[in-house]
Amino acid sequence: MTTRRIAVVSAGLSNPSSTRMLADRLAAETVKALAARDIAATVDVIELRDYAHDITNNLLTGFAPPALETAINTVVSADALIAVTPIFSTSYSGLFKSFIDVLDPDSLTGTPVLIGANAGTARHSLAIDYAIRPLFAYLHADAVSTGVFAASSDWGGAGDDVAPLARRVEKGTKELADAIAQRDAATVADPFDPATYLGEGRSFGHMLGGLAGE
Amino acid sequence: MSEQTGTQMQFGIMSVSDITRDPTTGITPSEQERIKATLTIAKHSEEVGLDVFAIGEHHNPPFWSSSPTTFLAALAAQTERLVVSTSTTLITTNDPVRIAEEYAMLQHVSDGRMDLMLGRGNTGPVYPWFGKDIRQGLPLAIENYALLHKLWREDVVDWEGKFRTPLQGFTSTPRPLDGIAPFVWHGSIRTPEIAEQAAYYGDGFFANNIFWPKEHYQRLIELYRQRYAHYGHGTPEQAIVGLGGQVFMAAKSQDAVSQFRPYFDNAPVYGHGPSMEDFTEMTPLTVGSPQQVIDRYAGMREHFGDYQRQLFLIDHAGLPLKTVLEQLDILGSEVVPVLRKELAKDRPETVPDAPTHAARVKAVYGDGPTRQARPGANRGDNLTGDSPYEDTPAPAGSAFGLTRKGA
Repeated sequence: MTTRRIAVVSAGLSNPSSTRMLADRLAAETVKALAARDIAATVDVIELRDYAHDITNNLLTGFAPPALETAINTVVSADALIAVTPIFSTSYSGLFKSFIDVLDPDSLTGTPVLIGANAGTARHSLAIDYAIRPLFAYLHADAVSTGVFAASSDWGGAGDDVAPLARRVEKGTKELADAIAQRDAATVADPFDPATYLGEGRSFGHMLGGLAGE
Repeated sequence: MSEQTGTQMQFGIMSVSDITRDPTTGITPSEQERIKATLTIAKHSEEVGLDVFAIGEHHNPPFWSSSPTTFLAALAAQTERLVVSTSTTLITTNDPVRIAEEYAMLQHVSDGRMDLMLGRGNTGPVYPWFGKDIRQGLPLAIENYALLHKLWREDVVDWEGKFRTPLQGFTSTPRPLDGIAPFVWHGSIRTPEIAEQAAYYGDGFFANNIFWPKEHYQRLIELYRQRYAHYGHGTPEQAIVGLGGQVFMAAKSQDAVSQFRPYFDNAPVYGHGPSMEDFTEMTPLTVGSPQQVIDRYAGMREHFGDYQRQLFLIDHAGLPLKTVLEQLDILGSEVVPVLRKELAKDRPETVPDAPTHAARVKAVYGDGPTRQARPGANRGDNLTGDSPYEDTPAPAGSAFGLTRKGA
């Protein structure tokens, strides 16, 4: 039995937060779906509210304070990402985007992602596909085709009774579990290893393209 | 010059040449005021016993130093001992031929009291302004330096690269003083390839060590040291390392904190971001008593190993000239003398001294005569026959007014 690590990024601003509630539900269902595939998984949750000042400082100074750096490393080294944001003004929250902006743009390449979003009404549900999904497409992350949107009403009796929240969660997490199961466990290349930036067994002479006579 | 041959470590200051409004007075100096003030600061750094003054190259306001060699030539003419350098010279957007020519000229007029640090640039638009593509930043740094390296070492160069017009039979003039290419530091904030480049050539590596936590620079310097050894230039401990730093001092540390805070809070680079307390904890910025600065910087070699050059940033963020000169006085009288002693303690003899022209001449020629290049009669042709130079080692001290005591 192999073990995988899932990073959960929750960009809700209040505490308690319904964004976090959806994030936890997605995480728990993914772990369950992986267990059914004989894959053990651990979950690290990053509540962006806790890093709001650090994220701003990173934007201004160009470096991540230690706590944020740990959080960033947790996200970029995970086997999969569950990203959940509230919808503000038809798109992801500013805090969510600011966090994405302090990541290396290449750091999520190929990472399976399950997108979640929540808002007051189901009228915003397409924001996942016109606003959030393109962001992950730009990052060359591998977002699964189902995004899970939760309107306030989904948490009570007036929700979608044709495809209730639980069924959508199950569908999205199953896709994420499949994506994880298809991949080898994540390995992170050390950017300070010459093999990473030169290529295995290569010398700086190769970067000179023969100019140095190599 | 020869008195510098045995300098274990060099201490100095580096300016980024910003013209910034003083937040306590609301006054923004004019370009002329700030340029002259920087000249005063640089000269004073020699007066208080520092070894190096370095200036950045920028092509966008609020920075004024677009032409570092002109400024450094004036500075060299008005000083006697100071090594003039850059922090950094743009290897990406400058034509390497022009760098080779301008800095060789600076080397001659300063009698070898110069070196330079190469970097890639501080703002995106500088690339298109000079006809380059920022996405090629790293390949430009690699190819341009390969050409610069060659131009200083070969009298006649044939060259074909990706980024520049090919050269056939080209000679960069003047030839380096004494036939010794200017010493080059490769400056980096985050790029491992630049550490690799410095190691490959056996050049110096300068870690900015200003904006980020020390862990970033530790990894870069460790990589550079390992690769320096990998390419056969010596042991990792023998690699040539320089570090930046920034300080603000007052006799009482609380005075330093209250005096510097308005400048910190409004500084273009970190103002309106983290608190000064957070920033000083996370980065080498030290605001406090001279003793606190000594303690922090004497500890640098614990993190980075024995090193050769320490430069401080002290003249930015709108600090008035008077304050900067006072900072220099404290550095020169109370801080650097102690740091020199502290960092010399238990320094292994195998660790090289800071590179100087005099020492490098001596390493190549011993006490013998050095090369003094004299052009041959103009043949209009560098390709046939032998060297375009009557390549004659001249008797020491006879050429170009250069005297080499003890060399």
